[in-house]
Amino acid sequence: MIWLEFTAPAIDYARLAPFIIVLGAACLGVLVEAFVERTWRHEVQTGLSVIALLGAVVAVIAQWDSYGLADSVAGSGAGLIGFDFGSVMIDGPTQIAWLTLLGFTLLSLLLFAERSVHGGHSAFTSAAAAIPGSRSEAEATSAQLEHAEVFPLALFSLAGMMLLTAGQDLLVMFVALEILSLPLYVLAALARHRRLGSQEAALKYFLLGAAASGMFLFGAALLFAYSGSFDLAGLALAQTAGVGSDWLLIAGLALVAAGLLFKIGAVPFHQWAPDVYQGAPTPVTGFMSVATKVAAVFALLRLFYVGLGPSWWTWRPVFVVAAIATMALGAVVGIVQSDVKRLLAYSSITHAGFILVGVAGAFTAVSLAADGTISHALGSVASITTYLVAYGCATLGCFACVTLVQSQGREATDLAAWSGLGRSKPWFGAVMLISLLSLAGIPLTAGFVGKLTVFVAAWRGGLWWLVLVAIVLSVVAVYVYFRLVAVLFFQPPRPGVEVKTPGPATVVVLALSVLGTLAFGLVPGPLTKLLASVGAFLVP
Amino acid sequence: MNPDLYLVLAAILFTVGLVGFIIRRNALILFMSTELMLNAANLVLVSSSWVQGKLDGQVAAFFVMVVAAAEVVVGLSLIVTIFRARRSTSVDSESLLKG
Repeated sequence: MIWLEFTAPAIDYARLAPFIIVLGAACLGVLVEAFVERTWRHEVQTGLSVIALLGAVVAVIAQWDSYGLADSVAGSGAGLIGFDFGSVMIDGPTQIAWLTLLGFTLLSLLLFAERSVHGGHSAFTSAAAAIPGSRSEAEATSAQLEHAEVFPLALFSLAGMMLLTAGQDLLVMFVALEILSLPLYVLAALARHRRLGSQEAALKYFLLGAAASGMFLFGAALLFAYSGSFDLAGLALAQTAGVGSDWLLIAGLALVAAGLLFKIGAVPFHQWAPDVYQGAPTPVTGFMSVATKVAAVFALLRLFYVGLGPSWWTWRPVFVVAAIATMALGAVVGIVQSDVKRLLAYSSITHAGFILVGVAGAFTAVSLAADGTISHALGSVASITTYLVAYGCATLGCFACVTLVQSQGREATDLAAWSGLGRSKPWFGAVMLISLLSLAGIPLTAGFVGKLTVFVAAWRGGLWWLVLVAIVLSVVAVYVYFRLVAVLFFQPPRPGVEVKTPGPATVVVLALSVLGTLAFGLVPGPLTKLLASVGAFLVP
Repeated sequence: MNPDLYLVLAAILFTVGLVGFIIRRNALILFMSTELMLNAANLVLVSSSWVQGKLDGQVAAFFVMVVAAAEVVVGLSLIVTIFRARRSTSVDSESLLKG
């Protein structure tokens, strides 16, 4: 007879406060749906979400000083500082990931809340259960009904993302992956216009996502069969000790990688991205293209650097191949796209490839030199974080612009409809131009800093030839963005297409994303220095 | 009995699920295939829990069941909504989004 030993964990609630605040606000949001007058729900939910996110940001920053490299005690040989809760690890990268996720979710939720650009209602359907084109749908629309549940759904998804970045236990990661995904499937189905396409996107996302999480789980189960433990420390220990069958390890490793590569949108698990990005409501597309990618990349990094670190030589070639395939496919197929949202989807696939270059590079900056001084070199984790921040700012800026371009009251995402808009609305052209230049990685934008740091880290990790391939492919990718720039500025405007005047929420998103892109591009020092000091996983 | 046989059976179940997912065209069958993949993982968890002499795997199986139930709620509601709009659950008829 075997007994399960259960010891109540000591929970440091202050450290977990950001996560608890977000999850609590999501639960509160469900109650708001039940008890608050219908006419006020949208406002109440918006306020609740924004306050909760700002509160969580404050809670992260309040803990900030206690993470990262202990500057003051460097001489005593103390290294990284973090808080190990067993299956959840709150260390420097977790804090950075949380801050990034909270910031980008805040911007996305402002796009959720925007009403003035859509003619007085939100971008979401009035009655999700009604058949598209039916009378009950028309009645719900004329009664000005709205689904304010989108805010708690997004917060639940965010809670899953936060748990995923902190989780150092395969089971916790699996559960977090599902908490992250399930609300997103629902959100993808809620577009106000083109509802059939939106539902189709949700179904595709759901079916492929369910298969991917099935693969992740089976891989996790095989790794448990291999090592006898779910936590990453025990997994790493089993590989060092060399017990267990190598086949279980390799199969498990491949399957968990497949599950996470799906979420990142890397080849060969990328097919869902263009359809889902195109069909989902644009604010949701912005949210999932940025926040999901941040969360999944951090989970991938922690799982492979901490849990599967000893099998480094086994998984590195996998990521090298995936990186090359992802960059090449995203850049080449992106060239022929005729829809702006699909184009941005392929752009996000290409960026997943560049991120994988950094993952494969696996360069850990030596945190403490022999003489006790701290090196501020950027390791893979820190450089990929820089990249994600740059990618997130630029991508959210682009999707905020997508919500504004409309014809006959609907978003016009056809590339032809965008012709000349940069000339007729110079501010719109400026926002798009800055975001696209950053996505292309042109100097003086954040995208350039991100690419540079990731490539340098991969080069230091010994993959100089992969970096050369990546540079060539990033030149190909530049063509994709310049094609859109050419459409925006060098073609005559189409009649019937208008750029809506953004409401206050969208103005904030546009301003902050452009500000972020320019600030990190022109003065990258503070960001990279900050990341260098906290950007390495604490191994339990 | 050789505990490795459970792993072999689980691998077969998982493969059946994966192949079913790839070749079948009905959304409900695809969904059932993914559930089969989850249950294959459950078999691995429970059997290797016995091999390793730890109950962690059996506890994990409960988590998986709860997650699978939550997935059913979201998945079936999506499939039903689409069926009501289109009178079909074939994934081949879903072709509004193309590039």
